Amino acid sequence: MARPLDVEALPAQAPRATAATPGASTARRWWRRFARNRGAVFGLAVFLAIILMAVFAGLLAPYDPLIQGVGPANAAPTWTHWAGTDSFGRDMLSRIIYGARIALVVGIGAVLLAMVVGVALGLVAGYYGGWVDVVIMRVMDGLFAFPIIILAIAMMAVMGFGVKNVIIAVGVGFVAPFARVTRADVLAVKEEPYIEAARLAGVPGPAIIARHVLPNVLAPIIVQAALRVSGAIITESGLSFLGLGPPPPTPVWGSMIAEGRNFIVMAPHISTIPGIALMVTVVGLNLLGDGLRDALDPRLRR
Amino acid sequence: MPLLAVEDLVKHFPLREGLLTRVLPGRRRVVRAVDGVSFTIEPGETLGLVGESGCGKTTTGRLVLRAIEPTRGRIVFDGEDITARPPGQLLPFRRKAQIVFQDPYTSLNPRMTIGRIVAEPIRVHRLATRRELPDRVRALLDMVGLQPEHAGRYPHELSGGQRQRVGIARALAVGPRLIVGDEAVSALDVSVRAQILNLFVELRESLGLAYLFVSHDLGVIRFVSHRVAVMYLGTLVEVAPTSALFKQPLHPYTQALMAAIPIIGDGRTSIFDQPRLLEGELPSPIDLPRGCRFASRCPHRFARCDDAEPPLREAAPGHAVACHLYEGG
Amino acid sequence: MDPVLEVRDLVVEFTTEDGPLRAVDGVSFSIGRGEIVGLVGESGAGKTLTSEALLGLIRCPPGRVSGEVRFRGRNLLALEEPALARIRGKEIAMIFQNPGASLNPVFRVGDQLVEAMALHLGDGRGVLRRRAAQILTRVGIPSAATRARDYPHQFSGGMAQRVMIGMGVACAPGLLIADEPTTALDVTIQAQVLSLIRRLAREMGMAVLLVSHDLGIVSQMCHRVIVMYAGRIVEEAAIATVFRAPAHPYTRALIACLPGLDDGGRLGAIGGVMPGLKAVPRGCRFHPRCNLAEPRCAVEEPVLRPAGADQIAACHLVGTE
Repeated sequence: MARPLDVEALPAQAPRATAATPGASTARRWWRRFARNRGAVFGLAVFLAIILMAVFAGLLAPYDPLIQGVGPANAAPTWTHWAGTDSFGRDMLSRIIYGARIALVVGIGAVLLAMVVGVALGLVAGYYGGWVDVVIMRVMDGLFAFPIIILAIAMMAVMGFGVKNVIIAVGVGFVAPFARVTRADVLAVKEEPYIEAARLAGVPGPAIIARHVLPNVLAPIIVQAALRVSGAIITESGLSFLGLGPPPPTPVWGSMIAEGRNFIVMAPHISTIPGIALMVTVVGLNLLGDGLRDALDPRLRR
Repeated sequence: MPLLAVEDLVKHFPLREGLLTRVLPGRRRVVRAVDGVSFTIEPGETLGLVGESGCGKTTTGRLVLRAIEPTRGRIVFDGEDITARPPGQLLPFRRKAQIVFQDPYTSLNPRMTIGRIVAEPIRVHRLATRRELPDRVRALLDMVGLQPEHAGRYPHELSGGQRQRVGIARALAVGPRLIVGDEAVSALDVSVRAQILNLFVELRESLGLAYLFVSHDLGVIRFVSHRVAVMYLGTLVEVAPTSALFKQPLHPYTQALMAAIPIIGDGRTSIFDQPRLLEGELPSPIDLPRGCRFASRCPHRFARCDDAEPPLREAAPGHAVACHLYEGG
Repeated sequence: MDPVLEVRDLVVEFTTEDGPLRAVDGVSFSIGRGEIVGLVGESGAGKTLTSEALLGLIRCPPGRVSGEVRFRGRNLLALEEPALARIRGKEIAMIFQNPGASLNPVFRVGDQLVEAMALHLGDGRGVLRRRAAQILTRVGIPSAATRARDYPHQFSGGMAQRVMIGMGVACAPGLLIADEPTTALDVTIQAQVLSLIRRLAREMGMAVLLVSHDLGIVSQMCHRVIVMYAGRIVEEAAIATVFRAPAHPYTRALIACLPGLDDGGRLGAIGGVMPGLKAVPRGCRFHPRCNLAEPRCAVEEPVLRPAGADQIAACHLVGTE
């Protein structure tokens, strides 16, 4: 019987071996799927707008947000002050733009912190199992039981104010969901043959977790992160509304809303406009997270 | 001296019973997956381990590699008692014995390139310097019939047959002397299966590898094995050189197995019209009967079969069978 | 005698992100009364989709089925869902690879059998229950009356498949479509199940379309064989002919791939892989892997032509020898 055809001399036959780089065409496909979801594109636009505002605040803001009396106090929006002024005569638009900076820093910072800690805990709990798993997950359950805002208030009371502490307080509150999501996927991935292959090749535990488990559970974690940023921003705004956020005169949307409480009838714009900014941001980020999940999940679950 | 000698290997899996049975005294029920199996494999020899689902052949393959811990028994590899070693000190053994899995779609990390997958065992055992690594990987890929450019690809870009080749390259990376094939071709299409089987034979000849080839497919076993061991419900019922087994199967189960295999017929008669097909179902591996495990379905059953379990004994030179029919006297 | 099933130019197309793809590309065949026909091919050849298309089981959109499927004279593809539902289970039955997935785990097996019959037969429950027990006995389940009160999880794989067969033949269909019915079963159990199908086909005069990738099974079960490759039929022949003198190079290569129980040396293998739907080659779909390919094969797609009495193949080399 003739020797069979050389398997690899038939490039047209191998079903998927046509991509030059593995990343290029799959990335384009993800984008196509993502772009079909109009809500997600809107969310992406919002996200980019917020980032632009935060980064280029100095260039975009027409006035210095901290200087009082640049205009009449409690003035409704006019052509000179597009968002009006607050009770100290400060330009609202500039304060909104600078407020985006804090929102972003706290939102992303808290989520990053929660992600690093939560994922690590989830990996260890899921892979090793046994009493390690039990202990970690019971602690997580305890954390989960606290409403985040109560937890944050308690921590701020202990640690004091300041942006850094807000990030830590909010971050701690989000550790538990990351740990849970990670652990669930680790439990599934752990049973795959390629994990056993690595074990039988002599790869030590921590290396298996880092090289084999983590890359394969990353997908839902990324989606979680995207979805949680909006929650972090809301929590931070809640804290600053209650006066527990960065101290005045720092422009923060939450405290701006609080400041406008007394003027809600005469000058509703002082509370309303930061409120709208917050709402648009949160809704946009949620849509972005949903869109990411829809576009990424079925692909990454190969 | 045999490369691998397995003595009285036993693996019982505990059953998860309710709270009451756990608390009350009495014998705990177990699944007797592997119940006293002994065999040897010489260097360069391929032993085919065949049986239907639930017979314990896959578990045996895993036990031999100590991927799962035996309940009892000894495994001697290259003169050394592997079972006596503590689990943390198995690294040197992992170089000598490797595995190829059944499913090409889940046996490779989807997030690693082929090159990294094949290189990993080499790195773990420090068998090459960083500079030598790419050449080693290329050589391994070449050995299994893949091209160097495959090293940069991801598993999902390869076909099932190509992925299985990667799995083989990974197993070969550490230079083992024994490879356990766990249904290594069962998940492949017929035409691809043939390619991979040919590859196994080629590698055996050029590298002097021994195989423990686990499969439910007698045709595959016949093609690739020097000797065959037939398993039923956790024990070996017959062990013989391949040609002897297929020419003259002694154990009634082996005979029934062969009669049931649909080989290419002549189109005039059908094996499915034959009356001598095996009736009945497998007894449960939890509540095993007292005598021969096959008695309930055996067409030649007699009184002795229900009383005592027949030991595996040589009935002809090199041909062992566990059946009372062949117990002299 | 009129064939029970006549399929003409069946096409199954899917709209995907990369455009429309034809998984089944112009398939035609017929099955006579009491005939067991094997539909053979490797994964991706389109055999399962063909069998699903016959009963309207393909979701459209994204699928699109065209062509003609005449069952006892009527074109099934032209029927609306209610009419099709009356035919399914009663005149055409289908059994699948995994019986566990087809049986509802929360209902007793006997009740499911009765349910299947009640949909199509007008008899009362008592009559149907007795019939159900009879059917279970007929498919070889011991203590049928008692077993009818068991749930699916209490049956082993082989027994569950027998129950499925029982449900399939309960209303005495004219055609049974069996899609890889024994792939998940052990060899000895497989033999029991297949021999049951053969017996029932003989006793009931029922036609069977057996879809399988296993040439061995097909050679022992079927009267005729249809070989599919990349969505098309490449050969169709009577059983004795196709194994004695296969006409199409793919069929020949496939047979040579099988480790028989009586050889050694190298297995004939087929290099390369069956083309995916997106990469169908020009000309003959098999030519890149064919060791007899001529220049013409890369340009012109061959049509099915007679290769002998009772045999047709789609190959340029057929008929020239």
